[in-house]
Amino acid sequence: MSIVTVQLGQCGNQIGFEVFDALFRDTQCSPGLCSKRENEAYQASCKERFFREEENGVPVARAVLVDMEPKVINQTLSKAGQSGRWKYGQHACFCQRQGSGNNWAYGYSVHGPKHEESIMNLIQKEVEKCDSLSGFFIIMSMAGGTGSGLGAFVTQKLQDQYSSSLKMNQIIWPYRTGEVIVQNYNSILTLSHLYRSSDALLIHENDAVHKICAKQMNIKQISFRDLNQVLAHQLGNVFQPTYSEDGSSHYRRDPLGDLMEHLVPHPEFKMLGVRNIPQMSENFLAYSTFTWPGLLKHLRQMLISGAKMEEGIDWQVRPPFSGLPPLGKMSVHKDLHFNTSIANLVILRGKDVQSADVEGFKDPALYTSWLEPVHAFSMWKTPRAFDKYEKSAALVSNSQLLVKPLDMLVGKAWNMFASKAYIHQYTRFGMEEEDFLDSFTLLEQVVASYGSLGP
Amino acid sequence: MCAHTCACKHAVLIDMEEGVVNEILQGPLRDVFDSKQLITDISGSGNNWAVGHKVFGSLYQEQILEKLRKSAEHCDCLQCFFIIHSMGGGTGSGLGTFLLKVLEDEFPEVYRFVTAVYPSNEDDVITSPYNSMLAMKELNEHADCVLPIDNQSLFDIISKIDLVVNSGKLGTTVKPKSLVTSNVGTVTKRHKKPFDAMNNIVANLLLSLTSSARFEGSLNMDLNEISMNLVPFPQLHYLVSSLTPLYTLADVNIPPRRLDQMFSDAFSKDHQLIQADPRHSLYLACALIVRGNVQISDLRRNIERLKPALQFVSWNQEGWKTSLCSVPPVGHSHSLLALANNTCVKPTFMELRERFMRLYKKKAHLHHYLQVDGMEESAFAEAVSSLSALIQEYNELDATKSMPVPDVPRLSVAM
Repeated sequence: MSIVTVQLGQCGNQIGFEVFDALFRDTQCSPGLCSKRENEAYQASCKERFFREEENGVPVARAVLVDMEPKVINQTLSKAGQSGRWKYGQHACFCQRQGSGNNWAYGYSVHGPKHEESIMNLIQKEVEKCDSLSGFFIIMSMAGGTGSGLGAFVTQKLQDQYSSSLKMNQIIWPYRTGEVIVQNYNSILTLSHLYRSSDALLIHENDAVHKICAKQMNIKQISFRDLNQVLAHQLGNVFQPTYSEDGSSHYRRDPLGDLMEHLVPHPEFKMLGVRNIPQMSENFLAYSTFTWPGLLKHLRQMLISGAKMEEGIDWQVRPPFSGLPPLGKMSVHKDLHFNTSIANLVILRGKDVQSADVEGFKDPALYTSWLEPVHAFSMWKTPRAFDKYEKSAALVSNSQLLVKPLDMLVGKAWNMFASKAYIHQYTRFGMEEEDFLDSFTLLEQVVASYGSLGP
Repeated sequence: MCAHTCACKHAVLIDMEEGVVNEILQGPLRDVFDSKQLITDISGSGNNWAVGHKVFGSLYQEQILEKLRKSAEHCDCLQCFFIIHSMGGGTGSGLGTFLLKVLEDEFPEVYRFVTAVYPSNEDDVITSPYNSMLAMKELNEHADCVLPIDNQSLFDIISKIDLVVNSGKLGTTVKPKSLVTSNVGTVTKRHKKPFDAMNNIVANLLLSLTSSARFEGSLNMDLNEISMNLVPFPQLHYLVSSLTPLYTLADVNIPPRRLDQMFSDAFSKDHQLIQADPRHSLYLACALIVRGNVQISDLRRNIERLKPALQFVSWNQEGWKTSLCSVPPVGHSHSLLALANNTCVKPTFMELRERFMRLYKKKAHLHHYLQVDGMEESAFAEAVSSLSALIQEYNELDATKSMPVPDVPRLSVAM
């Protein structure tokens, strides 16, 4: 089954390119220790999901590119075309000239209705080229105007028009400081709208990815390209094919459906985070060896302590024994130090993957009580290595990991809203204070729901 | 000016006396400007805002509108107007602000950016306080964004450069192309007039402002984003600008100016285009427009470094807007334009009010204005009142400076 990707705004398009490039590069990579036949099945499965064939044999990404100004799309198209390995469809993009001015209201209320028909037509054309549609993957940022506002609008229209298909939004959470001043407003408006119309929100924080670049990848002068490539690597690790059942010889057919089924048991809880191990620069990779026990131990602790990367994991945090308070941390209120999960998915790729022991992830203490661990935890795997990493593990989790950033975001936006600063910029395009209040209410609910999780 | 297509063909030049415009038309840029896009008269406005605004305003309104509509038609997408004029004279100030109203009525969706040159203390036009005050009211009400500039600051920048260029110190040879006052990359090779160098600084400001619209980068910024991020309340739209670097050293043995130094300089008074003290006042918002080989990590590192010394208003503690354009200006490897919405503009406005009151109390030269058809004395009172209200807004914000950040109770939800 295929996934149609919608890339929105500068961020969405820049990242989208890196994602398709990472996916394609991986299919051309040396397959490690799996057989030629297995590798071919892997390549075919990846291609079916993300690419389609064109006349001269160059694979075409199953993607629609949307932006309200032309420069980024032009660059993205030419970068893909120049590589000669894959490209975007000739007529797969929609572009305007005036931008969205970092204004959510402009993206949602002006651009949305005005260009609805053109954009939905483009998406329809891409959908028609799929034999079978798994769903939509929408890549957007929250801080700006196009990705955020127009992205929210398009997601809503997708819900209306393709009600039986799934939608996963890849959301970029902006740096806490120094991107866009009104980013907190744009973010709460985006999140609240997507919470109603999307099926799952896969969230990447710029601050977290930046730290990975600095500490794990040892990059000195970090550029947006670096951030995007780390992100693309993580996404590739999640979306590349894996076997459907233990001992099965077929690759999973419905990646989005499977992800939703395992990770989003309840519509009140749809925020997902990704962690990836190992993640390091190529130079070091050649000198490193990893064992599955080592990798999984670190990954588990990253989950429990809410760490977003290997470096600096807090090993003090332990899951609570049932009935007893967490080790050394007695508190009346829910202690967010320990990260309670609703559901987790571990994806293992590479050498000796069948020997990997994931029992540690099935510990009931990790999870909230309303699901049996056997339902809360799943594992997918393939012996086919991913992108030069002999062994790699990804963890997609629906947990309390994002509560703190969300709480801070809502707090800052609320502070600004209390002073009414910048509100006139939104109301001039048809929004009202009520719309803001609705968004705040919804997100406070989400914060409270996640915050109250406990074993 | 149309931000997305060729700029010059869309310029409209207006002056009520012919000397300056004629010179432009006979100069090397004569082919760049469309001669049909000029409006001139003969006698000038006599340094009288009322003449510029009321007399020439009504006289030329139709013509101006016609030329604007024509220019607008040629644009794929009209995003904003750049209006450039002085505050102290008659035409720029009077007719310029009249034009502002016309643009608002005719093209309400298009942003109006004004680069206004405020009179210095030693300026020689006696009526400049009147003209400036009357123009301020119009800017308050009809401009989306104003970049105030004063000649004194521009002059100080030139003096600073001259000091370095002429100091003869070893290793201080400056690359001539890199001067912020330089017009290399432009057509005119030599500075013929004393204001040319100063005006080039302003030209460079506008180039930086539009760089993201003209070139690619990893974090683009359109002009409408400036207004969106830097104007939290409609009246508070005055932005202090500072440009760096002012020059590049030619001696290759001296290590290139460290990138971080550039960021520090942007927050130094020596680089500002208006006399003001943002460091000791309150920031409402700040934009950093970076050009050249600078990455997001450089930007973030410097924001973290400089933040502690700056005071931001409580509801915008992290009020930074940033953009990265890959292409640096001619002669530099990188450059930075900082735009600050800061209460430090208040003293400028207070001084303006004071100079105005000195004249107005004695009714000096008032008759020149009142004898213009349509000009009432109430216009003066309204203008003062408008400026006073603006100053009061800045006062109220300043009062919050040393107060602790208020704790705004959050919405509580039923669980």
